[in-house]
Amino acid sequence: MSARAAWRLELLGFDRVYRYQPGKMDWMAHDLPIDGTEANVPRSGDLARHDLPTCGPDDRMGDIASRVKAEGWDACAVVNAEHVVLGLLRGAELSADLEMIAARVMEPGPKTYRPYASLQTAAGYMDQHGLNGVLITDSDGRLIGMLRRVDVQWPQGDLPPVETSAAGSA
Amino acid sequence: MPTTIQIADVQRLIAAGAQLVEVLPSNLYHDKHIPGAISLPLEQLDAKSAGHLRRDRPVITYCHDQQ
Repeated sequence: MSARAAWRLELLGFDRVYRYQPGKMDWMAHDLPIDGTEANVPRSGDLARHDLPTCGPDDRMGDIASRVKAEGWDACAVVNAEHVVLGLLRGAELSADLEMIAARVMEPGPKTYRPYASLQTAAGYMDQHGLNGVLITDSDGRLIGMLRRVDVQWPQGDLPPVETSAAGSA
Repeated sequence: MPTTIQIADVQRLIAAGAQLVEVLPSNLYHDKHIPGAISLPLEQLDAKSAGHLRRDRPVITYCHDQQ
């Protein structure tokens, strides 16, 4: 649609026309401000906690587990130097052999949501899969934070069917 | 030929005075749009409606996603 509009504007004599192909969803996926009547409806990115501990894939589990516990968390995102999510460590993984490295025990390719995903969608997914949190990433797969189920006010079992359109794949 | 750009270019061009145009139906624009964007739905895009745009500044079109 934006391509046809751009071409039409050129046909109408505009000589510097650009097309932002990834569009509004990409803008929102980068957690940038938005205007409009629904702009203030809280989305997953608004409630995501940004203090989720992170570690590198080669970090030792002994170091990670003690740091995560000291920070009051039960999860840790494994990220690379670009802050792209590689995996997730939670309960069982955080209890792994202390001499192992994160890459060997992490849950690879954990489910992620974009920051514009509705709270109902993300909470519904957590309820269905017995999770207490999901990662929120931008469209490049970079970590934004973790949405915790306890931070979403919809009562369990009172959520609409899970949508998948705002699920991440980056 | 219109140039396809990514988010960093969008931000740079907006800062330089480019006009951002959402071409989705107006109800979707009213729900959510990028700050500063103008609503110009594709089905209404003609010489008259485009007359609201300045020709001396770049124009960036966008819609929902990769459509």
